[in-house]
Amino acid sequence: MTERNRSKSLPISVGGVTKTYGRVTALDSVDLEIESGEFMTLLGPSGSGKTTLLMVLAGFTRPDCGSVRFGDAEVVRLPPHKRDLGMVFQSYALFPHMTVAENVAFPLRLRKVGKADRLARAERALQTVQLGGYGDRRIDQLSGGQRQRVALARAIVFEPRILLMDEPLSALDKKLRELMQIELRRLHERFGMTTVYVTHDQREALTMSDRIAVIDDGAIQQLGTPRAIYDHPANRFVADFIGESTILPVTRDGADVLFAGTPLRLAGPPPPGPVSLMIRPERLQLLSGADAADASFNRFEATAESIVFQGESYLMQARLADGQLVALRGGVRHDYDAVTPAPGDRVALGVHVEDTILLPGADGAREADDG
Amino acid sequence: MIRWLKRPATATQITHGQRLWLYALGGLVMLFLIAPTLIVIPMSFSDSQYLQFPPETWSLRWYESYFASPAWMSATATSFKAATLTCLLATPLGVAAAYGLFASQVRWAGAVYMALVTPLMVPLIFFAVAAFYLLARLQMVHSLAGLVLAHSILALPLVVVVVSSALKSYDMSQEQAARSLGASRLAAFFLVTLPQIRFAVVTGALLAFLTSFDEVIVAMFVSGGENATLTRNMFNALRDQIDPTIAAISTLMIIVTTTLLALAQLFGKSER
Repeated sequence: MTERNRSKSLPISVGGVTKTYGRVTALDSVDLEIESGEFMTLLGPSGSGKTTLLMVLAGFTRPDCGSVRFGDAEVVRLPPHKRDLGMVFQSYALFPHMTVAENVAFPLRLRKVGKADRLARAERALQTVQLGGYGDRRIDQLSGGQRQRVALARAIVFEPRILLMDEPLSALDKKLRELMQIELRRLHERFGMTTVYVTHDQREALTMSDRIAVIDDGAIQQLGTPRAIYDHPANRFVADFIGESTILPVTRDGADVLFAGTPLRLAGPPPPGPVSLMIRPERLQLLSGADAADASFNRFEATAESIVFQGESYLMQARLADGQLVALRGGVRHDYDAVTPAPGDRVALGVHVEDTILLPGADGAREADDG
Repeated sequence: MIRWLKRPATATQITHGQRLWLYALGGLVMLFLIAPTLIVIPMSFSDSQYLQFPPETWSLRWYESYFASPAWMSATATSFKAATLTCLLATPLGVAAAYGLFASQVRWAGAVYMALVTPLMVPLIFFAVAAFYLLARLQMVHSLAGLVLAHSILALPLVVVVVSSALKSYDMSQEQAARSLGASRLAAFFLVTLPQIRFAVVTGALLAFLTSFDEVIVAMFVSGGENATLTRNMFNALRDQIDPTIAAISTLMIIVTTTLLALAQLFGKSER
């Protein structure tokens, strides 16, 4: 983590936060430490509890028990308007009866900032989101992307030390979403406030975050940097949810892990207990005869079943000798037709030992409790 | 005119000419609905001793008789007082009820809503009898306060219905946004929610005013003495002697009522 401006941000500490709705447990004793100035993404499918956790941070949801601290201050009983944090909503939640400038100046008005000062600050905030001069427009005159920027300007105009964002880009089209991801990241670098970002889009999470908390079933399944989570998922849920993966059964024989009777080459000692093998399709490759003796690869004989052209890449399903299907994703270049096998061809597949990942659990199932 | 007849009236190419029968029917239905109301207007300008249509000679004497009568003036004042107080009582209560039902999202909100709007469905005479006996117990029959309470119960559902339907299209996350930006719940309501439902609130207030102003059945039972309403006295006057003063008062009431209803419509329109 790079050194950031400490005065402009606060660490967040969540301890033992539990929230139940009737019989449904939305959050199950969640602990999470977010560093000052960090960009933390809460990633999970809908109903996982990620939004509930954000609402607990914002103060709209009171947890059954647990503690939420901003810096040294316990805030779990503090109402939302006293938490002094900026928030961007999925629906933008702009006020249609106010102009753009009035929207952005709204938090300043509540903080009793004088009119001239607050209009000047609103205009400056609009400039940072590249909407300088838009102050007099009505909200319904703006496009989706512009509304998003106004919502952002409104959330940062009073320089909060914590910024919460609830799927702010989900209503935008793909191109605009990717542009805004970069811009949000740039704004975060510039202002340095602690940012908690909720999304169900794994690519968005990987693109923007310092760290990601993968959430499912009201619990944090894995917490780590984008690289760590992608390269070494803690369990089958994380492996499935982030990126593509093929999960294959393996057996153990003392220190060896056997796949279809053959010991796997591994980068390190395998974890104790039952495990299964995870392979990312894009890290699996076609091996030529010359690679056959390369000790840095695990090698599988298979038969190509289907090959689908998908633009920038192709996806091949191949059946291994024991009948399991495995997926391979390869890049597409001019020699696509020449190098890709046809259905029915015998192929040799290889995965590097560093990319040969063992997941805990015999069928790759999630561990009972990984904290 | 001829060209207009041949022009298509709808996307299906039916011309205005083919639609003439429909326009005529529509006109007749409208006439049927409003003619009985409009007929009192010429009658009020008659010089005759009796209610007469069409009038043979014209005069303003019945308007003079109305404005010169202390009894009619007192009843008019009562009606305006009752309507204004009903409006001031039913509107905030109705807005609060509609907002509460919308924001709380409790399971029994639907049942509470139904309970609140029952006065719209119960025959008015039942309600009037019930109100009479209740107010009699409280020794509030013939008091302005009793009349306002009874009328407010009738007006409340109208406010609730109008404001609830406006809230249906309101995005509650705006209020969350306001609160996250530093507004208390109360401030969020007054700064963000209320300005956006203001047309519905004004419409509800106008309807509440009219509910009381036009009401006669409940007023027959619970108003009286020096707190008799205009409508009640008109009803009694019709029973005792047929006096064209009634036509003059009716004309004035039609003007007040239609003006307020037109305003309500206008506010409803501008809300989109």
